[in-house]
Amino acid sequence: MSAAQSVLPDEHPPPQRPPVPAMHPKIRLRGLVKSFGDKVVLDGVDLDVLPGTSMVVIGGSGSGKSVLLKCILGLLEPDAGTIEIDGRDLLAMSRPERAEVHRKIGMLFQNGALFDSLPVWENVTFGLLAQNRLRRSAAREAAGGFLAEVGLAASVGDLSPAELSGGMQKRVALARAIAAQPDIMFFDEPTTGLDPIMGAIIDGLLVDCVKRLGSTAVAITHDMASARRIGDAAAMLHRGKIVWSGPAAELMNTGNPIVDQFTHGRREGPIQMELRR
Amino acid sequence: MNAILDLMATTGRGLIAGCRTTGALAVFAVDGLSHLLRPPFYWRMFGRALLEIGYFSLPVVALTAIFTGMVLALQSYTGFSRFSAEGAVANVVVLSVTRELGPVLAGLMVAGRIGAAMAAEIGTMRVTDQIDALSTLSTNPMKYLVAPRLAAGIIALPLLVVVADVLGVMGGFIVSTLKLGFNTTTYLHNTLDFVQTMDVVSGLVKAAVFGFLIALMGCYQGYNSRGGAEGVGAATTAAVVGASILILAFDYVLTEMFFAR
Repeated sequence: MSAAQSVLPDEHPPPQRPPVPAMHPKIRLRGLVKSFGDKVVLDGVDLDVLPGTSMVVIGGSGSGKSVLLKCILGLLEPDAGTIEIDGRDLLAMSRPERAEVHRKIGMLFQNGALFDSLPVWENVTFGLLAQNRLRRSAAREAAGGFLAEVGLAASVGDLSPAELSGGMQKRVALARAIAAQPDIMFFDEPTTGLDPIMGAIIDGLLVDCVKRLGSTAVAITHDMASARRIGDAAAMLHRGKIVWSGPAAELMNTGNPIVDQFTHGRREGPIQMELRR
Repeated sequence: MNAILDLMATTGRGLIAGCRTTGALAVFAVDGLSHLLRPPFYWRMFGRALLEIGYFSLPVVALTAIFTGMVLALQSYTGFSRFSAEGAVANVVVLSVTRELGPVLAGLMVAGRIGAAMAAEIGTMRVTDQIDALSTLSTNPMKYLVAPRLAAGIIALPLLVVVADVLGVMGGFIVSTLKLGFNTTTYLHNTLDFVQTMDVVSGLVKAAVFGFLIALMGCYQGYNSRGGAEGVGAATTAAVVGASILILAFDYVLTEMFFAR
């Protein structure tokens, strides 16, 4: 069997996950604080994400959703608090240990963040090549398999990211995120900039991929339709704190005035937008 | 009194900002260099950077060198003829080109061309989350983006300067023999007799340092750019200006080291 075949998801089931005690959160945040100068973006965030579930974090623009993801991903260092993954505090780990944990995480960036200088096939297999899980000579063929999983033809692999539409770029970015069969997946505003139909298609692909891999997912969005499609559970981030969390199905009817104003898009309510005149 | 305090506060803030930037640049440089010694090595990125800095800069460096050598011969002749010292033209051309003009002009031209391109490319990667994406794909951005460019800068600039030295001297030779009436054999004899190994070596060492500085400023400014297209534009300008100033400053320092008695 070639190296290309060995990484194709259709050929092999997802890797065995380490056993996790029942109901122990896969991701557990406690008292997470992050400031930039005087501006406190995260002000003691507490959040639990159960294994195999999809958590959607909603919140207004600038509420700190992306900062929250970047802290978990290790792209930003929190000022205080703990980030536990599988019961182990990420911030107390050595750099190699942390890198090992991050290796199990896949990330779909808001704008795709595809590498302009590389063709699509190399974008898709970048992580596998970096981890030496795939030989370069076999990567082109393997990329075709991953592209097929997100509904793209293998011939797309020869194009450059600049030649793709927004929806196709999102699909390629998703193919890249799932290629290493991650244990945990993060989606940053997956439907931003897409038309409603393409948004629904992308959401469907996300849900399919997460279910097929058996991963735990965290998505941040302010698209309510997307939140309900993706999420099993939901939480709202407002002024640096989680003000509500519960089943995603209850998002539109939480009884919490802050969440209700946000989800129904009302101008009047406890959320006062900061406008400069 | 208040005006004096304001002036002192402004000066102090500027000084602190300058120290902070210098410190950050030094840490960035050490970090980047340390990745040259630790695997994995990204040979493809290194090859690409070498091609970009070295091969594609060849035309601009060659043209600069040849015209500089020609102008130098012409100006030297004009000046020296007043003292009947025209015979020194060959010596002045070869010394000026190998010791100073070759490395400095090649450095400045490459700084304009490559420093800007590096800052723009890495800056765009920063503001479009591509650098964050590298981190999430088990790839250290310093190792993947910065270290290969630093290595390529250190190696490519001396190679360019060898070409610049040859073409600069050739420019002087062409003007001296075809326009100013110098004897071909005498001119070449004067050139080869007068130039010493140290003249060439000092120029190549300077070139390696300048290559490092150009790549460092391009990578540093791009890596730390913020704020979308405007931030990338500012990073590009800062990379070129910073590299040019550092080239001129380090040129003095290195000249002191090599030739001060």
